[in-house]
Amino acid sequence: MLTKRIIPCLDIKNGRTVKGVNFVDLRDAGDPVELAQLYSDAGADELVFLDISATEERRKTLADLVLRVAEKVNIPFTVGGGIASVEDVDILLQNGADKVSVNSSAVRNPELINELSGKFGSQCITVAIDAKQIDGEWIVHLVGGKVPTSLNLFEWAKEVAARGAGEILFTSMDNDGTKDGFANAALARLSEELTIPVIASGGAGTIQHFVDTFTEGKSDAALAASIFHFKEIEISDLKKELDNNNIPVRL
Amino acid sequence: MKIVIINYGAGNIQSIKFAIQRLGYEAILSDDPATIISADKVIFPGVGEASSAMKKLRASGLDTIIPTLRQPVLGICLGMQLMCAYTEEGETEGLGIFDVAVERFNSGVKVPQIGWNQIRSLSSPLFDGVTEDEYVYLVHSYYAPITPYTVATTSYGTDYTTALHKDNFYGTQFHPEKSSSVGEKILLNFLNS
Repeated sequence: MLTKRIIPCLDIKNGRTVKGVNFVDLRDAGDPVELAQLYSDAGADELVFLDISATEERRKTLADLVLRVAEKVNIPFTVGGGIASVEDVDILLQNGADKVSVNSSAVRNPELINELSGKFGSQCITVAIDAKQIDGEWIVHLVGGKVPTSLNLFEWAKEVAARGAGEILFTSMDNDGTKDGFANAALARLSEELTIPVIASGGAGTIQHFVDTFTEGKSDAALAASIFHFKEIEISDLKKELDNNNIPVRL
Repeated sequence: MKIVIINYGAGNIQSIKFAIQRLGYEAILSDDPATIISADKVIFPGVGEASSAMKKLRASGLDTIIPTLRQPVLGICLGMQLMCAYTEEGETEGLGIFDVAVERFNSGVKVPQIGWNQIRSLSSPLFDGVTEDEYVYLVHSYYAPITPYTVATTSYGTDYTTALHKDNFYGTQFHPEKSSSVGEKILLNFLNS
């Protein structure tokens, strides 16, 4: 049976893991490769690296990092952050990334999704969508949720799927950082309206929140950062509890 | 041991090269027929879209070389599908090593299938030391139905083929290079075949 995926997300700046990581047993908590290996050993199903650097060398630094991760890590990983062209994606995939995620660049230029899925295949193109509710309507936001667009979440999600996205990573800006649980009503609606997998992001605080997003939220995968980085939840405990709730996981 | 990964411009080949390195071997990337023919083991990877990948194989003449290889050959993911006679993706004629027609998932499941699923009915030395129902990593929209060449199956809406074997040719729909320690065991079995 296809299992639900647990995906730790690592924020990367200039090739290093950004703050918010608290691993006593790591020699270098800033080294994304070491952290990735640790998560892989702990039972993570997949990893996401989100690059937030803003330097001119960022493309090369990220491409080098991807190569180093691919060398050591034997589970799949996705790379996102500032990806805006076929050339950007080409080097990352060549260097060993399994998937890339595009966000703002797809909103600015939706045709990019067609280009990328046409050239590389839908299976490696994840479209990340950040949204929050304004007067009861889910509105897509850019720049980490700061800038509202005119796009409705569900309409945009359908459009990106039609343009060839292989998967949607939906972050609820209303839930992100709250540790109050995922935006399950919106996630369930996405999952029902789309025929591609949906990754839940934003709001994870407890193991029960993961149980809820896989049942009520109908999510195919769940992504979280700080609760894993600060060891508030161990992936092995999380997966055992999901299994106890009859949610299919890789143990 | 000379291990050659066929490099025809089809996606992520670093990962398989690194996986082989982690097993203690070195693999070279090549599109040169003489290099491929003289290899002890050949890996035929593939990520992307079937018809454009076949075009690349035809342009380089590799479409006629690969079916004539005598040493163990392992096709992975799209590589496995292209070893079949036909795939619905882009209505593409494949290499015809396996007389199999690849179809698109259409039984009410999400497409692509992305993630970890179980392999069973394991019946090839490729799976020595691998137990039934182990998890492997898969990402695909098209699948090979069950045929006499099937040596592993998986269930996703329907039961389908996750590994094929005929003579010196092997194919896996899953990515052994991304399937944690289970995948490494399968890859090592192939290298030792």
